[in-house]
Amino acid sequence: MAYKIISSQCTACSACEPECPNNAIREKDGTFIIKPEKCSECIGYFDEPQCVAVCPVDDTCVIDNSYPRYVAA
Amino acid sequence: MDNQASVASVESGQGKPLDQVLQQIAEHKGCGTSSEGGKASCGSSTAPEDMDPAIWEKVKNHPCYSEEAHHHFARMHVAVAPACNIQCNYCNRKYDCANESRPGVVSEKLTPEQASRKVLAVASTIPQMTVLGIAGPGDPLANPEKTFKTFELVAETAPDIKLCVSTNGLALPEHVERLSQFNIDHVTITINMVDPEVGQHIYPWIFWKNKRWKGIDAARILHEHQMRGLEMLTERGILCKVNSVMIPGINDKHLVEVNKAVKSRGAFLHNIMPLISAPEHGTVFGLNGQRGPTAQELKALQDSCEGEMNMMRHCRQCRADAVGLLGEDRSSEFSTEKVMEMDIQYDAEGRKAYQEKVEEERQATVLAKQAEMAGLEAEFSDLKVLIAVATKGHGRINEHFGHAQEFQIYELSTQGSKFVGHRRVDLYCQGGYGEEDTLPTVIRAINDCVAVFVAKIGGCPKDSLKAAGIDPVDKYAHEFIEQSAVKYFKEYLAKVKSGEVVHEVRGDADIRQGAYIAA
Repeated sequence: MAYKIISSQCTACSACEPECPNNAIREKDGTFIIKPEKCSECIGYFDEPQCVAVCPVDDTCVIDNSYPRYVAA
Repeated sequence: MDNQASVASVESGQGKPLDQVLQQIAEHKGCGTSSEGGKASCGSSTAPEDMDPAIWEKVKNHPCYSEEAHHHFARMHVAVAPACNIQCNYCNRKYDCANESRPGVVSEKLTPEQASRKVLAVASTIPQMTVLGIAGPGDPLANPEKTFKTFELVAETAPDIKLCVSTNGLALPEHVERLSQFNIDHVTITINMVDPEVGQHIYPWIFWKNKRWKGIDAARILHEHQMRGLEMLTERGILCKVNSVMIPGINDKHLVEVNKAVKSRGAFLHNIMPLISAPEHGTVFGLNGQRGPTAQELKALQDSCEGEMNMMRHCRQCRADAVGLLGEDRSSEFSTEKVMEMDIQYDAEGRKAYQEKVEEERQATVLAKQAEMAGLEAEFSDLKVLIAVATKGHGRINEHFGHAQEFQIYELSTQGSKFVGHRRVDLYCQGGYGEEDTLPTVIRAINDCVAVFVAKIGGCPKDSLKAAGIDPVDKYAHEFIEQSAVKYFKEYLAKVKSGEVVHEVRGDADIRQGAYIAA
């Protein structure tokens, strides 16, 4: 799995972008998106996913069930 | 520090030689620490006899740091800093409306390049705009690259504009050095508590060192950073204003402790603001029914802290993209689209000449008040009354009652007149005739005043005001506010003495919540 950003919730505040250890987040069409293939759920970097921890709106950065669970190399 | 030594040069509005000023800036450790119980009248309109001239040089054209300046000089905020590193229960980042006016809200986010062009556009259109602040809509220091890039670009093209930031303080200690390199000599920190037990009810979480901290741990870390940041700034001679949101039942009594704590660390000015908590904003406090203070509660707290240090009472709790004099918002004239089309010519000399005129105008208001004070000082009376004033700025009574978006409140006593606050009201005049419905709102907002000074007023509202016990005064139309206020108070005292007027204590008044819609 990877994280995804619910675009209707996103305020485009950009707080998540610099926190992502994988550079997986970028702005697109007035909101921010996570590239699922780059997202490691912050496993191996931090105790909690940084986008979730810094996001000012609850339930905006959530697990994307359409991707398989991330396995650390 | 001897504040008395240079009274003459302050009163004439002239600065001292530059080297002396620089020396005093170097020595400055903040008003609050300079003398026991001493305070400079930075936040008030009284003549700054007890203020260090070097500090006066810094604040005299900064509308947020000088009550006097705010009638004459304008500021602007650029919304380049959307990210934030803490969550406050009075803030909801999802809410954004062009007609909403409060901190944390903007209509359009800017890149540093767009922001610097906007600054030039505003500076060219509004020559009395002297200050550029970055106040969000998140926290400027949670977006350090965008914030400092903006300052860099503006400093290159418009070096005469003062740079200023407003922060929650969490990331302040790590950025103090860089702030001082950018020649930023005004920093505002929002400090709502000095006790994490209190703080946990205001801040649900902070993001620090790659972790979301909650509850009392979050409040403790934030508190430590705020205090350290404040100390680091005042050590470097940077003027610090502390903003505190007054939340009845949560930190209202505690703010007296906050006041002492920030004073002892050299803060220059304390700004206690009422909580904004309309339910439609969707904030935690808005949704759980937390009320804001009444006008009387706010004033009582400000008064009780004033013995300790300078209090700011002219804050309009403006948006992170506000433009203009405090109390007016011209940001819609400067949307990115409009700014890109403007032919901008930055005329530094023209700005300087204009600002000198504004400074003369400011001095004229002070001198007029001082002259009027003659005769009042000999009076013995402990009578105090409030008056409301309709003004468009310049320190004059120059607004029609029905056009006023806010009223400025002055307290009158034998000490003279003192600015003690302002009340926002809905525009109640539309299309040239008064709307009956909104008049009660206006009366509730100025219900604690004995009189309202206006440039003009219609017959109907005049009668309603009189019925409510508020004297509508239009005889001072277009004259100086404070001079007229002192004149009025002398007459009022005489009438009370002769028995023509019976002085009664007025009731409380409403602090208006939410937006006004510019016509």
